[in-house]
Amino acid sequence: MDNMIEIRWHGRGGQGAKTAAMLLAEAAFDTGKFIQGFPEYGPERMGAPVTAYNRISNERILVHSNIYEPDYVVVVDETLMDTLDVTAGLKKEGALLINSPKSPAEIREKCGGYEGRIYTIDADRIAMETLGKNFPNTSMLSAVVKITKVEEEERFLESLQESFRHKFEHKPQMIEPNMQAAARAFREVKE
Amino acid sequence: MAVRDKRSGNEAVGIAMRQMNPGVVAAFPITPSTEVPQYFSGYAANGEVDTEFVPVESEHSAMSACIGASYAGVRAMTATSSNGLALMWEMLYIASSDRLPIVMAVVNRALSGPISIHNDHADSMGARDAGWVQLYGENNQEAYDNEIMAVCVAEHPDVELPVMNCYDGFITSHSVENIELLEDDAVRDFVGEYRPGHHLLNPGAPMSAGPLDMPGYYFEHKRSQAEGMICAKKVILETADRFYELTGRRYGLFEAYQMDDAEMAVILIGSSAGTAKEAVKRLRREGVKAGLIKIRVFRPFPAEEIKEALKGLRAVAVMDKSEGFSTHGGPLFHEVSSALYYGDKDLLLCSYIYGLGGRDVRVEDILQVFKSLSDDIARGSAEPYCRYLGVTDKEKEEAADGI
Repeated sequence: MDNMIEIRWHGRGGQGAKTAAMLLAEAAFDTGKFIQGFPEYGPERMGAPVTAYNRISNERILVHSNIYEPDYVVVVDETLMDTLDVTAGLKKEGALLINSPKSPAEIREKCGGYEGRIYTIDADRIAMETLGKNFPNTSMLSAVVKITKVEEEERFLESLQESFRHKFEHKPQMIEPNMQAAARAFREVKE
Repeated sequence: MAVRDKRSGNEAVGIAMRQMNPGVVAAFPITPSTEVPQYFSGYAANGEVDTEFVPVESEHSAMSACIGASYAGVRAMTATSSNGLALMWEMLYIASSDRLPIVMAVVNRALSGPISIHNDHADSMGARDAGWVQLYGENNQEAYDNEIMAVCVAEHPDVELPVMNCYDGFITSHSVENIELLEDDAVRDFVGEYRPGHHLLNPGAPMSAGPLDMPGYYFEHKRSQAEGMICAKKVILETADRFYELTGRRYGLFEAYQMDDAEMAVILIGSSAGTAKEAVKRLRREGVKAGLIKIRVFRPFPAEEIKEALKGLRAVAVMDKSEGFSTHGGPLFHEVSSALYYGDKDLLLCSYIYGLGGRDVRVEDILQVFKSLSDDIARGSAEPYCRYLGVTDKEKEEAADGI
């Protein structure tokens, strides 16, 4: 991992992009990193585009602006690609991760000549098969951890379990299906 | 022992309030400060504090309830933002003139209109003459630390004034970052038990509250209130020294970053200071003698110290996150320029209004300010000295787009 990585999340209100960014920050914190996790707040409502950000660094992070030249972009909802230039500013040494049943090659055609790596994961399907509901964020989080190598799989899953114990304090039945989604995402992300 | 953790600014302030276990917290929700009473109400409901939590029907009532509680002799705290602070206006002056050591987190947000939920400093800058001590923090750590130190400053018998703990809405309030929290006992020991000099529930020493002053007394009361503000500077520094002993984190009236040999500097308040530090670091690597002053204490204003800190500099940009509409610079610019009237008048000084209503402030924006300062030095003039950073001409843009 480079000294600092910057990640931009695109999702829709209600999909949990902000939560996933916060959980990624927690996971990176647990490995001793300096972290930032913050959403770009707007007039939020279900389905509207939302953006969230992460910085992860070995040194104290000073900058408090949004991220314009990310190392990684995560798209939680493929339909956002029709209206947003999701690869804007994305470094070509970095990577794009998209929630889609399509292959990375198919996605590349829609990416306006982005030269970097492209990964896809069918997070909707994983969510439906594990949670029975379309909450793709756990799978997306897991896939990001794999791609960015922020944390080793085993350790990440342990720290995620801990986060979920806190988050789902009043809905403990949600922990196991989410953990299944996280584990599957590690295996099913495609380059 | 410090506890290494990751928390948002609002969470951290909520935790600080829990650790201090105030007698009364009265609050009304308003974005982006809502989470502070939200977290705190959880602590109250779970019995983690002894606090009487009063969910009032407006911010005016929140401050009124804090005033009543503080008069009764307990620690009273609240939090607000933007229009919520505006609705408190009348009571702000009453809290300070009645010398009540209330502590309020002000999560800075632009004032309407147009309606904006995002950050600038229009709210607390508008309240700068209300007689409250104002502390400003750069990040979650400083918001937490200032909330604790604020109590010691407010309650000091030489001060007895309310304190605003200001930090940037969303940027600081909602961003999760690394933080070092203190143990509960350490915080409790640091702030100590509150022993008010006078309070309404003391039958042994009856007092009147909220009285009318005829012209024979009003002026003297205001003069004595000003004395509290004068003394606040010393108490803020003593408190910061004690806090350093406890935590190793050093606070002053302002932070001077890379100022020792600086030729030019920016002066600003809040979260953009971190972004500006990154800009200064980059310039220093190129051999440019850039520096930064981050104001922590705006009321009382450290005029003498700022005047000294700017000695020997060639050009300085004072950056305000509020308009002010004076037509000659923002409120911080006025403080700095009036301090300099008794200091180095050869300094090239300019005002930037920036970041209004949440306009993002990037490292590149600060670099542009330094570039302008170096141009000013080259041509020997800071005219025009009233400038805007990051505002675009929407009419021209739309014309170019054919709209």
